[in-house]
Amino acid sequence: MNYQVNIGLEVHVELSTKTKLFCGCSTQFGAPPNTQICPVCLGLPGVLPVINKKAVKFTIITALALNCQISKFCRFSRKNYYYPDLPKNYQISQYEEPLAKNGYLEIILNKRKKRIGIERVHLEEDAGKLVHGTNPEDIKFSFVDYNRCGIPLMEIVSCPDISSPEEAYIYLIELRKILRYLKVSDCNMEEGSLRCDANISLTLPGEKMGTKTELKNMNSFKEIKDGLSAEIERQSHLLNKGEKIIQETRLWDPKKKKTISMRGKEEAQDYRYFPEPDLLPLEISKEWENNLRLSLPELPQQKYRRFIQEYGLPEYDAGVITNSQEIADYFEKCVKYYHHPKIVSNWIMGEILRLLKEENISIEKIKVSPEKMGELLKEIEKGVISRNLAKDILSKMFKTGKSASQIIKEDGSQQLSDEKKLKKLVDEVIKENPEAIESIRKGKKKAVGFLIGEVMKKTKGKANPRLVNNLLKEELEENL
Amino acid sequence: MKKEIDLTQVRYIAHLSRLELSPEEEEKFTEQLAKILSYVNKLREVNTENVPPTFHVLPLKNIFRDDKLNLSLSQEEALSNAPKHKYKQFQVPRIIG
Repeated sequence: MNYQVNIGLEVHVELSTKTKLFCGCSTQFGAPPNTQICPVCLGLPGVLPVINKKAVKFTIITALALNCQISKFCRFSRKNYYYPDLPKNYQISQYEEPLAKNGYLEIILNKRKKRIGIERVHLEEDAGKLVHGTNPEDIKFSFVDYNRCGIPLMEIVSCPDISSPEEAYIYLIELRKILRYLKVSDCNMEEGSLRCDANISLTLPGEKMGTKTELKNMNSFKEIKDGLSAEIERQSHLLNKGEKIIQETRLWDPKKKKTISMRGKEEAQDYRYFPEPDLLPLEISKEWENNLRLSLPELPQQKYRRFIQEYGLPEYDAGVITNSQEIADYFEKCVKYYHHPKIVSNWIMGEILRLLKEENISIEKIKVSPEKMGELLKEIEKGVISRNLAKDILSKMFKTGKSASQIIKEDGSQQLSDEKKLKKLVDEVIKENPEAIESIRKGKKKAVGFLIGEVMKKTKGKANPRLVNNLLKEELEENL
Repeated sequence: MKKEIDLTQVRYIAHLSRLELSPEEEEKFTEQLAKILSYVNKLREVNTENVPPTFHVLPLKNIFRDDKLNLSLSQEEALSNAPKHKYKQFQVPRIIG
């Protein structure tokens, strides 16, 4: 049967503040265990949490970028549960009064726009990290590192408007792009700074929404897509047989490629939320909200549209270039020095992105300044170097930070356009390859390319290919 | 007067709080909790029709701190109260298989 799929995503994002949400402990990833904790984040008796202003600011900025209404008044609540990842036995979170609600995120799927509702954006503290013992003597134990405990965590809850795993994937890509543009989080899934749970239910057209399951333990965007697909398949299989869906939490098993019921946790959750008495309420003034709204950077979709209009880039190019704000900035600076946006975008999408990936560095650390990049492209246009040679020169520029002209001078890699010299080489090549000439005589045009290649070899790639081509054709016509 | 709390509720709350109560304690706490609740219920007699709910006893709001580093505990201090620790981490009974 054809079910309508309803997916809602809960995304948790660790905010990139220097310190924790309620104390001055560092949030740096990778520190030795239990070295970034204090009485406040351990919840020792008598301590008082005080909220980090930057975390509140980051949450409001995000909420504004997601078109949410900012609450004029909000407060924190205690979510009570007993699990060793929380030393206080409660998590400071928000319940009835989140910082923001009722927004949306626009995604583009198969060239069609769709709005995914954002139910709420709120702020809470992260929990510690549990590692379960693997050594034989440790098998009955778990070990807790509380460094992560108290790091500001922003929760973004979508409405169940997402209707396929592909849509969920695009939603996440778009959301991550926005968060990175806003510089509120590095969104690094390996380091756990972005995590995602999903709610899924299937509905027959015209009926009320089916029973949902909650899906956890998906550790990459691809796993989220795969996990959702597997869960949709499982639910529709059950429904087709006339069976009922049990409301439960399920875990994605990436090895078995299926979702597994999280047994033992089936008792109804009862968090007994109550207002956090140690924290004072927040009142977000219109003035603060407006100032933050004005401080919002150009967002990915606005930039994408502008790049198409202003620079005449194809949609594909605009998409790749605006994927990261830093790449987009680099592009715009390069265009200032070389006024052919499409050529600049080709070089960035091809060579620059490849070199960055190979050397595993970020664009902010690139040694090729936009000015030097512009100079290189001008040298190609002037015919001083061929495009292929320019690629070699660019990788040298990438490693050394030298300018194109400097490298050309040092390597003597100027393009060879001296007709006399080239003619001599062409004659040599023709003499040395009688079989090729024979093939050409028999009508095999491919051998011409082979001869051009031979001339290029003799000049170590410096020969002007167009000139070689012309010279070779002339010679062959005389000879054949 | 209607009974405010019964044995089932006491057992449920004890379970949520991970407390193991003896049958005697369960009886005793049911009675005590009921008394406490009925005492607090006295508040219901007050007319609060025109009183806005109190969110906090202090008339303060928007108390922030700047995103500035403060000293954390040393690793030794942090672990010093742990009944058990190993690998510089707190050691607890294993929860999930």
